[in-house]
Amino acid sequence: SFLPERSNLAGVRHILLVLSGKGGVGKSTISTQLALSLRHSGKKVGILDVDLCGPSIPRMFRVQDNDVHQCDSGWVPVFVDQDKSISLMSIGFLLEKPDDAVVWRGPKKNALIKQFVADVAWGDLDFLIVDTPPGTSDEHISTVEALRPYKPLGAILVTTPQAVSVGDVRRELTFCKKTGLRVLGIVENMSGFVCPHCSECTNIFSTGGGEELAKHAGVPFLGSVPLDPQLSQSLEEGRDFIQEFPKSSAFPALTHIAQQILDGTLQPSS
Amino acid sequence: AALVLQLSVSVADCPGTSSAQAGRAAACQGCPNQRLCAAGAAAPDPGERGPEARGAGLAWGAGLTQGPEAAELRGRLRSVKHTVRVRSGQGGVGTSTFSALLAHGLAADEAKQVALLDIDICGPSIPKMMGLEGEQVHQSGSGWSPVYVEENLGVMSVGFLLSSPDDAVIWRGPKKNGLIKQFLRDVDWGEIDYLIVDTPPGTSDEHLSIVQYLSAAHIDGAVIITTPQEVSLQDVRKEINFCHKVKVPIIGVVENMSGFICPKCKNESQIFPPTTGGAEKMCQNLNVSLLGKVPLDPQIGKSCDKGQSFLSEAPESPATTSYRNIIQRIQEYCDQHHFQEEKII
Repeated sequence: SFLPERSNLAGVRHILLVLSGKGGVGKSTISTQLALSLRHSGKKVGILDVDLCGPSIPRMFRVQDNDVHQCDSGWVPVFVDQDKSISLMSIGFLLEKPDDAVVWRGPKKNALIKQFVADVAWGDLDFLIVDTPPGTSDEHISTVEALRPYKPLGAILVTTPQAVSVGDVRRELTFCKKTGLRVLGIVENMSGFVCPHCSECTNIFSTGGGEELAKHAGVPFLGSVPLDPQLSQSLEEGRDFIQEFPKSSAFPALTHIAQQILDGTLQPSS
Repeated sequence: AALVLQLSVSVADCPGTSSAQAGRAAACQGCPNQRLCAAGAAAPDPGERGPEARGAGLAWGAGLTQGPEAAELRGRLRSVKHTVRVRSGQGGVGTSTFSALLAHGLAADEAKQVALLDIDICGPSIPKMMGLEGEQVHQSGSGWSPVYVEENLGVMSVGFLLSSPDDAVIWRGPKKNGLIKQFLRDVDWGEIDYLIVDTPPGTSDEHLSIVQYLSAAHIDGAVIITTPQEVSLQDVRKEINFCHKVKVPIIGVVENMSGFICPKCKNESQIFPPTTGGAEKMCQNLNVSLLGKVPLDPQIGKSCDKGQSFLSEAPESPATTSYRNIIQRIQEYCDQHHFQEEKII
């Protein structure tokens, strides 16, 4: 009874998930910057935010006050600007008040995730990026299950350099293995801070853990992204960091990650 | 017309799975449990207990306050003088780091018995931070033995139950709840002055369960951790709302990663800028206490990774001073709000 060709995801060329076992390492940051970088390469991108308890994506594009409307094929995603090259879906748009806590147990979360996967009228997209909450629980199990018929490209795993973060991401790698999700690579975020006053680099959250993990697990290392106050500021204000701050310290690493994803999609899929 | 989910209504107005209105109330529309409730299938048998037995567990408000299991839990938790829950809406803000340091700080008084419970089932960080990686839990006649860091500081975490660092706990809610209940019921803590509960980010299964299970004990309150960023604060406001809804007092908020002082030139940078006024403004607006601000210090992460107490490793750091002041304020709060045993209805 299932016909992926007629579904709302039929026009989506590549689906990729952004995962981490650990919270606060920059999944949503990487998701948004990846979307912005791909857009700058002329791609149409959607972001599906399945973090139901802590939806960050709307605010990162300054569209947190937008509403979701329905059309014949389902829910219309929110476009971040007139260009319509980036569209979003998040529970953040569905809350009456932004401070409302979504206090749901698993089954209700799973029901909404199924709807998010099936009922959003994305139209034609080059990439659909799925931003997830930390962990290996209901949201992740449901998302992977719901996306399986559409054969996602794979997952990007985000970590900070610290052992405490790497420890959780190792478990996420196991999750990917168990659920048959291909790991596109590991991103090491918050990797060093260059003092804007004296250019001294301090490894606030240690160094090297992400690269070591990639080696140990035999997956590609996509790069290290340094701490960049201009990036943090852009996210707070919903600005296009890739467009506005090409000379900022995080820019080269972020665009390099996007380029590797693009290069990867030019290869025939395994 | 715009699509809006009646989320706040669902939580507050769920009639309860065993009520006469189960599945039939307005708030039941769209709930995945609706048909089950309407058919009476979701109501627990008189012999059954626990949120996981109720499926979706929407009736969390009912709590685990009746029956033999509740009495058992109350028995275990009766010997706990103060319970502090450390939480945050947003991940990676330093919740576990703070929990670990709070435990060390309180245990510095050798006369006090401190226990640290890590209920982050998918990402248990506490064993590593306390230098207990690779330790296993032992069963004794009186229950599971916590792993002791010091004579007066015991730790329990799901991390101790995993045999390999690569093991992933890929569980849905009901199974997680079962484990949390076991922790509380079967761990032989002994007499404790302070039980610190480190919670994972979010407002979901684990959080609802821990509130239910701990309602049998004296909950002094919650300490909420945030960074200065709006991205973190927006989740913390939800967290504060959650605490109000489940009637957990808020001891206060800690603003972590609050500024960085370059070790070379000593200039300060705001790596996570407080674009909307930081925790200070949020606390003013929501009328909760700001317990303190802790700056970034590379030694904190290093100590956590090594499993050492940052407070001992870097006693001169401004971050240590901040942490110690905050810990003191929490102690004072607990001393002032010493709970009487409440009658359970």
